[in-house]
Amino acid sequence: MTKPALTIHPAWLRATHWLNALAVLIMVTSGWRIYNASPLFDFKFAKDITLGGWLGGAIQWHFAAMWLLAANGLLYLFCNAATGRIVRKFFPLSPRAIVADLLAALRGKLAHDDLSHYNAVQRAAYLFVIVDAIVLVLSGLVLWKSVQFPMLRELLGGYESARRVHFFAMAAMVAFVAVHLAMVALVPRTLLAMIRGR
Amino acid sequence: MILKPPRKTAFDGDAVVKEALRCLEQPARRQFLSRSLTLGGLSLLTGCAMTDEDSVEHALMKVSRFNDRVQGWLFDPDRLAPTYPESMITRPFPFNAYYGEDEIRQIDADSYRLEVTGMVADKRIWTLPELHAMPQTDQVTRHICVEGWSAIGKWGGVRFSDFLARVGADTSAKYVGFKCADDYYTSIDMPTALHPQTLLTLSYDGQLLPPKYGFPMKLRMPTKLGYKNPKHIQAIFVTNTYPGGYWEDQGYNWFGGS
Repeated sequence: MTKPALTIHPAWLRATHWLNALAVLIMVTSGWRIYNASPLFDFKFAKDITLGGWLGGAIQWHFAAMWLLAANGLLYLFCNAATGRIVRKFFPLSPRAIVADLLAALRGKLAHDDLSHYNAVQRAAYLFVIVDAIVLVLSGLVLWKSVQFPMLRELLGGYESARRVHFFAMAAMVAFVAVHLAMVALVPRTLLAMIRGR
Repeated sequence: MILKPPRKTAFDGDAVVKEALRCLEQPARRQFLSRSLTLGGLSLLTGCAMTDEDSVEHALMKVSRFNDRVQGWLFDPDRLAPTYPESMITRPFPFNAYYGEDEIRQIDADSYRLEVTGMVADKRIWTLPELHAMPQTDQVTRHICVEGWSAIGKWGGVRFSDFLARVGADTSAKYVGFKCADDYYTSIDMPTALHPQTLLTLSYDGQLLPPKYGFPMKLRMPTKLGYKNPKHIQAIFVTNTYPGGYWEDQGYNWFGGS
């Protein structure tokens, strides 16, 4: 008899993960098209990798997917907190452990035999991207409705400052996704676990 | 002391392949493939290769209408947009329109007439001196463009709520619409029309409103994005029938609040 398979990722986690992936894909590619309408810096994103066709279309995508990103993100945070998973999976976490695991990873000596256990680098990276997504949503709120959210606006240093916060938080999100995908390519079992749960 | 079992190394190639094969042997294999196909389908979104582009556009427009309602709900009639010292005014203040700077309309002040119609008690034609004779106020606020950039300017004129009261507008109506000499048109919600910073603008930075900023009169709302602020206004009408707008009819969000 085979022993019962252990679930690495519960269904709610897998569902919110993939919905989030879809939301981030739409938000980032439509956001690049919006950026192109009035670039903050001395470059534009290639039109072929943007979504929406023109500024109006990109804004429609952006302000539709924002609901998916926010609602799904809240659901994820709620389930994570309610099940206690956030405490179990992400803590304890110390800078020393992050450095140790990072060095081990670079030497190819970090084990992935138990996918239900996050190493310190994973813990830090996933917590970082949660915070980054929150920063993206809050700075996005200021850009969308700067008059209606005065506290948030002043907290982020005003409208123009919020534009920069939003941009760099996007860049951090994209950097995370790049590393995340590279890691999945190195340990493909993680993709299976995120799809079927074990 | 408990000795930990030796950890496996990260890149045991054979083990990874074996594990992958083991996983793919299972019935989940077909499911996995079908799901990955769906994921592949997602990437089509970025290429605009939608098979049913019309229904996608329709769905996006529906969300945009939903966002209008959310913005109407978020809008606080008493909340003021931030104001700035004159030293922070952006100079030169950028020109922006759906046409180039060489196509700016030149309006003759003497022959200019403003038509006020719809759900108002006093439907009549206004002249420019009559508008200038009303109580004036000014404000230094941030203009935020839908493209993302912003600039600070100083606008002066008549509080639009005063003007609406003067013409006896039915403030229970849903919309105020505008038609302009540059063939631009737009419309706003009544709560924004009555907001204390919504200004029937006659001057810019202490000077008579120059043609590039909308001579002889524009509507300035620091609570809305730039494209909601019509220039060279010739007609104002109060209505319950959705009037749309030049950009709004092409897909920009109608409420366009900030």
